[in-house]
Amino acid sequence: MSALTYTPPPAPAADSATENPVVGIDQTKGDFSYNMDYEFDAGTGLSEKTVRYISSVKKEAPWILEFRLNALKKFLSMPMPTHWATKDLENINFDKIRYYLSQGQKPKRTWDEVPDDIKKTFERLGIPEQERKFLSGVEAQFDSEAAYSNIKELVAKQGVIFANSTEALREHPEIFRKFFGKVIPTGDNKFSALNSAVFSGGSFIYVPKGVKVAQPLQAYFRINAENFGQFERTLIIADEGSEVVYMEGCTAPKFSTSTLHSAVVELVALKGAKIQYITVQNWANNVFNLVTKRGVAHEEAEIKWIDCNIGSRLTMKYPGVVLKGRKARGEVLSIALANDGQHQDTGAKMIHAADETTSNIIAKSISVGQGRSTYRGVVHIPKHLKGCKNNTECDALLINSNSRTDTYPAITVRGDQNATQHEASVSKVNEEMIFYMQQRGLTEGQAMSLAVNGFINDLARQFPMEYSVELKRLIDLEMEGSVG
Amino acid sequence: MSQLEIKDLHVAIGDKSIVKGFSLTIRSGEVHAIMGPNGTGKSTLAKAVAGHPDYTITSGDVLLNGASILAQEADERARSGLFLAFQYPSEIPGVSIANFLRAAVQARLAEGEELDATAYYKRLYAKMDLLKIDRKFTSRSVNDGFSGGEKKRCEILQMAMLEPKFALMDETDSGLDIDALRIVADGVNALRGGPSAPGILLITHYQRLLDHIVPDHVHVMWDGRIVKSGDKSLALELEAKGYDWVKKEFAAA
Ligand SMILES: Nc1ncnc2c1ncn2[C@@H]1O[C@H](COP(=O)(O)OP(=O)(O)OP(=O)(O)O)[C@@H](O)[C@H]1O
Ligand SMILES: [Mg+2]
Repeated sequence: MSALTYTPPPAPAADSATENPVVGIDQTKGDFSYNMDYEFDAGTGLSEKTVRYISSVKKEAPWILEFRLNALKKFLSMPMPTHWATKDLENINFDKIRYYLSQGQKPKRTWDEVPDDIKKTFERLGIPEQERKFLSGVEAQFDSEAAYSNIKELVAKQGVIFANSTEALREHPEIFRKFFGKVIPTGDNKFSALNSAVFSGGSFIYVPKGVKVAQPLQAYFRINAENFGQFERTLIIADEGSEVVYMEGCTAPKFSTSTLHSAVVELVALKGAKIQYITVQNWANNVFNLVTKRGVAHEEAEIKWIDCNIGSRLTMKYPGVVLKGRKARGEVLSIALANDGQHQDTGAKMIHAADETTSNIIAKSISVGQGRSTYRGVVHIPKHLKGCKNNTECDALLINSNSRTDTYPAITVRGDQNATQHEASVSKVNEEMIFYMQQRGLTEGQAMSLAVNGFINDLARQFPMEYSVELKRLIDLEMEGSVG
Repeated sequence: MSQLEIKDLHVAIGDKSIVKGFSLTIRSGEVHAIMGPNGTGKSTLAKAVAGHPDYTITSGDVLLNGASILAQEADERARSGLFLAFQYPSEIPGVSIANFLRAAVQARLAEGEELDATAYYKRLYAKMDLLKIDRKFTSRSVNDGFSGGEKKRCEILQMAMLEPKFALMDETDSGLDIDALRIVADGVNALRGGPSAPGILLITHYQRLLDHIVPDHVHVMWDGRIVKSGDKSLALELEAKGYDWVKKEFAAA
C-alpha cells in the first residue's frame, strides 16, 4: 500500500430505511437568497457535455479536460458507499443538480468594487461591523467564481501564490500540476471523483520556502442557486519550512430541494512546513455536504485540521493526514452539531507512514433532538514503524433522549514500539441543568447553548479568536432555533 | 414593597401528590424559616414555585404582587425577581462562573441593551470580596467539581449578583463550615437591612443558621403543608424536642 492510498472507514451496519430527515422541520432559518444573473450556466444534469462545457468556459488546458473526463467515468462507474454510509445518500438526485454557474466576473480587487448584492450577503451573514475590516482579507467564493480578493496582492509580495483553481492551473501548472489530484486521487471515493469532474472555484495556494504568512488566508463559500452543487477544489502547498493558516466558512440559503456541496481539499506540507486549515460551516439543513480532505505531511512537517460542522442534512467528512516523513505531526480538532433532522457523520484519519510520527484527534459531537452524530476514525500505524504516537479523544453530548450517537474508532496499531491512547465519553444535558440555568433567568435556548458552548469550550479555546466567536454565534443561533 | 403569596398550593410529581395545601405570604424584608422532617416536600415546594417543569401544580396559586406567575416559564419567574438557591446545585462543565453570571445579568437587561463589562466585573469582585470568595473562583466552571460548601457559596454569590425580590434558600447552610456560615449569614443580613431587602424563605434543618439569620417567622412543614407557625422560639423548641411532639399534636388535631 502506498502512503497515499485511502483507507476506507470501517463498515457499520447500513441503515435499514432510506431516511428523509428534513420532514417536519422548521427550515426558515438562514432563509435568504439573492437573484443573480448568471452568464454561464451548465444546465442541469451531468454528462460528458457538461464537463466539456465547464472546461471550455474556463479555457482549460487539454490535460485538465482529460483529467475531468477520466474523473467523470470513474464517478459514473463507482457505487454509492451505502454499504457503510447512510442510505440517505440515495436521495441525491444527480440529474437535477446544476454543476456550473458563473457570473463571468473577474475577481475583484477592492472592497469598493465588490457588488452590492455580495456586500448584502456578508451583511446577512451577520458579520459584525468590527469584522468588516477583516473582510478585506476575504477571498469570497460567490457561487462558482471568486468574487472578491485583495489579500492576494499583499501575500504576493512574499512570493505566495493565492489564486482560484482555474487561474492557478492556467498560470502556474509547473507548480500545481505535480500535486493536483495526488493527495486525493480521483477515484478515492465517488464524491472525490465527482468533484474532479466538475470542480470550479476553490483556492490554490503555494507558499515558498521559509515564508511564514502572517495573516490567515480566507475564503467564504456559499450556495446561491437552487439545485446548484458546489464543487470547489483547494490545493495548498507549503514549501520547506513555510507556514500558512487557511480559513474557510460556508453557508447556504435555504431552498426547498436538496443541494449538494462536494469539495476536495488537498494539503501538502513539505519538510518542516506547517499548515493549519480551519473550517466553520453552517449549511442549510437540506444540503448534502460530502467533502474529502486530506494532507500529506513530510519530514517534521505539521498539518492541523480544525473542522466545525454545523447544519446540513448530511455531512460526511473525515479530514486526514498522511504522516509521510519522520517526525511529522498531524492533528484533527473537530466539532459537529447535529440538530433535528441532521446527520453529522464526521471523523478523522491518521495514516502513519514514517517513524516517530505523532497524531492527535479530538472530536466533540453534539446531538440535539432527532439529530444524529457519527464518529468514524481511522488510525493506522504499521508494524515496522518505531516511536509513533496517537491520541484519540471522542466526546459526545446528547441533548434529549432521541439523540443518537455512534462511534466507530478503528485504531490499527501493529508492533510494540508505538503508543496509542483512546478515550471516549458520552454526556447528557439533563433537565435539572437546564432548569438550574433557567432559574437564573436564561431562556431554555440560551441555557442549551451555554451548555453546548461549555462542552466544546476547551477545544474552542484553541481556535483563533474570531473563529471561536463565530462558532459561538452559530451555536447560539442553532440552539435558539431548536427549542419551542 | 413586594409580596409573594403561596395559596393553598398542591403539587404532584407524576401522580404522586407531594405538596398538599401549602399557604404562606412573604413580604419584602421578611425572613421566614421552614423546618420539617426529610421528605416532607420542602424542596418540592421551592422548585414548584420556581417553575420546575416536572412538578405539576394540581391546585392553588402563586402570586407575585397580586398576579399569578403559574403561567410563566421558570426563566420568566427568575427575571421577575424570584431566586432559588438550590439544595443540590447543578454542575455546568465548561461554563465559568463569570460567564454564567454575566449571561444571567445580561438576560435581565432590556432588549438591545448591552452589558457594561467593566461595571459588571467591578460589581462581581465587590460581591466576592464581601463573601470572602477568592477571585480565582470565577474562572472555574459552575459547580463543576466543587465541594459541597463551595457550591453553596456559589449560590449565595449568584443571589448577591442577581438581587432578587424573593429568595428561596433551600438548605444553603448544609455543607458550610462555621466561618462560611457566618459569612453567608452576614451577606444575607446585609441585604436584609438594605432598601431593596428581599423577602426570604429559609429552608433549614438547623437552629445554627437561625442564630445568625434571625427569622421573623418559623413554620413547621409536615406532609406537604404548614402545620405549625411561630416566632424564632419555635425553632429552639424543635431543636430541643425534635419533630415527634409536632407529629403527635398534628395527629391529635
Ligand atoms: N423527581 C421526583 N420523583 C419522584 N419522587 C420525588 C421526586 N422529587 C421528590 N420526590 C419525593 O417527594 C418527596 C418530597 O421530597 P423533597 O425533596 O421535596 O423533600 P424535602 O422536604 O426537601 O426533604 P429533605 O429535608 O431531605 O431535603 C420525597 O418523598 C421524595 O422522594
Ligand atoms: Mg430538600
